[in-house]
Amino acid sequence: MEARDIAASGATGLPSAPRLEAASPRYGEKAIKAFLAFCAVLSVLTTTAIVISLLGPAIGFFGVVAPGDFFLEKEWAPAQDLFGVLPLVVGTLNVVLWGMLFAIPVGLGAAIYLSEYARPGVRKTIKPILEVLAGIPTVAIGFFGLSFVTPLLQDIWPGSFLGGPPGFYNALAAGLCIGLMIVPIISSISEDAMSSVPGGLREGAYALGASKMRVALRVVFPAALSGIVASIVLAVSRAIGETMIVLLVAGNTPNLTLNPVENIQAMTAYIGVTATGDVATGTIEYDTVFAVGALLFAITLVMNLISIRLVRKYREVYE
Amino acid sequence: VTEELEPKSGRVRLAVAGARSGTRASLDRRPGGQIVRNHIFLALLLLAVSIALLGLALILIEAFIEGRGSLSFGLITNSNSSDASQAGFQQAIIGTLYLIAFVILMVVPLGVGAAIYLEEYANKERWWNRGIEVNIQNLAAVPSIVYGILGLAFIIRGPLSLGFMLFTGSMTLALLVLPTVIIASREAIRAVPPSIREGSLALGATEWQTIRGQVLPAAVPGIVTGVILAISRAIGEAAPLLLLGAATFVTFNPEPFNADTGWTALPVQIYQLAVRPQEDIREIAAAGIIVMLAVLLLMNSFAIWLRNRYEQRW
Repeated sequence: MEARDIAASGATGLPSAPRLEAASPRYGEKAIKAFLAFCAVLSVLTTTAIVISLLGPAIGFFGVVAPGDFFLEKEWAPAQDLFGVLPLVVGTLNVVLWGMLFAIPVGLGAAIYLSEYARPGVRKTIKPILEVLAGIPTVAIGFFGLSFVTPLLQDIWPGSFLGGPPGFYNALAAGLCIGLMIVPIISSISEDAMSSVPGGLREGAYALGASKMRVALRVVFPAALSGIVASIVLAVSRAIGETMIVLLVAGNTPNLTLNPVENIQAMTAYIGVTATGDVATGTIEYDTVFAVGALLFAITLVMNLISIRLVRKYREVYE
Repeated sequence: VTEELEPKSGRVRLAVAGARSGTRASLDRRPGGQIVRNHIFLALLLLAVSIALLGLALILIEAFIEGRGSLSFGLITNSNSSDASQAGFQQAIIGTLYLIAFVILMVVPLGVGAAIYLEEYANKERWWNRGIEVNIQNLAAVPSIVYGILGLAFIIRGPLSLGFMLFTGSMTLALLVLPTVIIASREAIRAVPPSIREGSLALGATEWQTIRGQVLPAAVPGIVTGVILAISRAIGEAAPLLLLGAATFVTFNPEPFNADTGWTALPVQIYQLAVRPQEDIREIAAAGIIVMLAVLLLMNSFAIWLRNRYEQRW
């Protein structure tokens, strides 16, 4: 397009220059362009449809249940008209917390190793392998949690620490599985951010006599911080939205606790279980699915926007 | 040189003194503790990488150990059954194949179309085009179960009211993986150098002729890779399908456009078997996971091979 504009402006000086526009209006091309624009706009329509399908029933729900009760009450039992969402939110938090405690050190450690220490060959092998981990269906990870992680935790649990070994369903095993799932998100995006820190900064630090660890921790890490934070925020958002692992491993009992050994219910698990169950359409219990879904969407939306903004920031600085 | 520098100003003298003391400090310090700390740090990093790789290996090994005993061709040809020795995934596998076929039909034109518009036509200075971009990035990270709610409230009921048919599952999964396809296709299109476009335009080709004849063919490997990755995500996705009626116990082959017959998909049936208390049924679930993982690993390897084989250096 630019080339044509330049040609056109050059040609205007000549009196007998032929017009550089098309001889006939290209209706076909305009139709194609309109279709392509429609494809792009479809994504906006999707978001709109998500908001409409969540908000409609959610507004109906809040017409019956006071928002104060929903956000502040401490009991969640829709069958008995108890609509305090806190146990579900804290249930999600319980799982995500242990997941992040596992995934942040492992993911960042892997990212620093790949970006600062690994030889190119090693990096080219390990990075795709880690990304395979991100592609494993979460049903498979949930099954792994149920048949491997929980029994392992029960075996190695030190006595009555935190009130005894974890039960068949527990938040800790779900957290570890979710942690495993989001390690590649953290390691991959953080590694990208660290690799895009200009080499000059590293060389400057080495020239001043800094050790490799010092360069990694005091120069590269702070310089890549916005990308690293973005990866963690995105990982938290993924962890909050994960359904199959919490459904399989963490249980289905609303429980207002951060104790990792207990059986809990996360927001996503509630939606999954209730929508597949025998709840009749149009009842207030059915509408809870949409109220919880709207809350879930709002939380992840805020985190995604923060993450998108941070990624853009480091791209602007170094690329 | 020193003669020139020395008398100049206090600032230069200060800098020289600073550099000298810095050098002395770094030379005088006994480096023993630091070397140890460096080694410990590297050891911790290696530990982190090994934990991640070990986790991946354990997931695969555990599924294999648990499901090994039930691996047979019956797994593919038998119907779902509460008798573990007779149980298989035939309907679920056919359901997943239908799902994926429709997803590909929808997602390829829509995803590539959106990518072409955003890379080749859209003016990035305009706020609405930037808005579309942020919107797509956000959609890529919306929880999959929220897409399930969208499918339930907008496609199965509500405005479209199609009912609980397999095709609604395809539509929902297509919307779910669309952002992945768009983002991958945009990267592939962006990697085609501008000189190719300029050459084509200079020879008199129109914008669309340039895109169709030059840009798209060069971007195909990248686009296909992105589509394969999106499809592998769609194959393993169970959460939204739970809300879309895939949760039924089915013993007959699915009809994609019939809202009255039930349907199911591979990951959903695996989930339903995995929560059963009987040990032998859980074994079938593990065997199903092996089948699913084998298909996914095959697709992923193909995507990587494709990327390496056709990667163009301009």
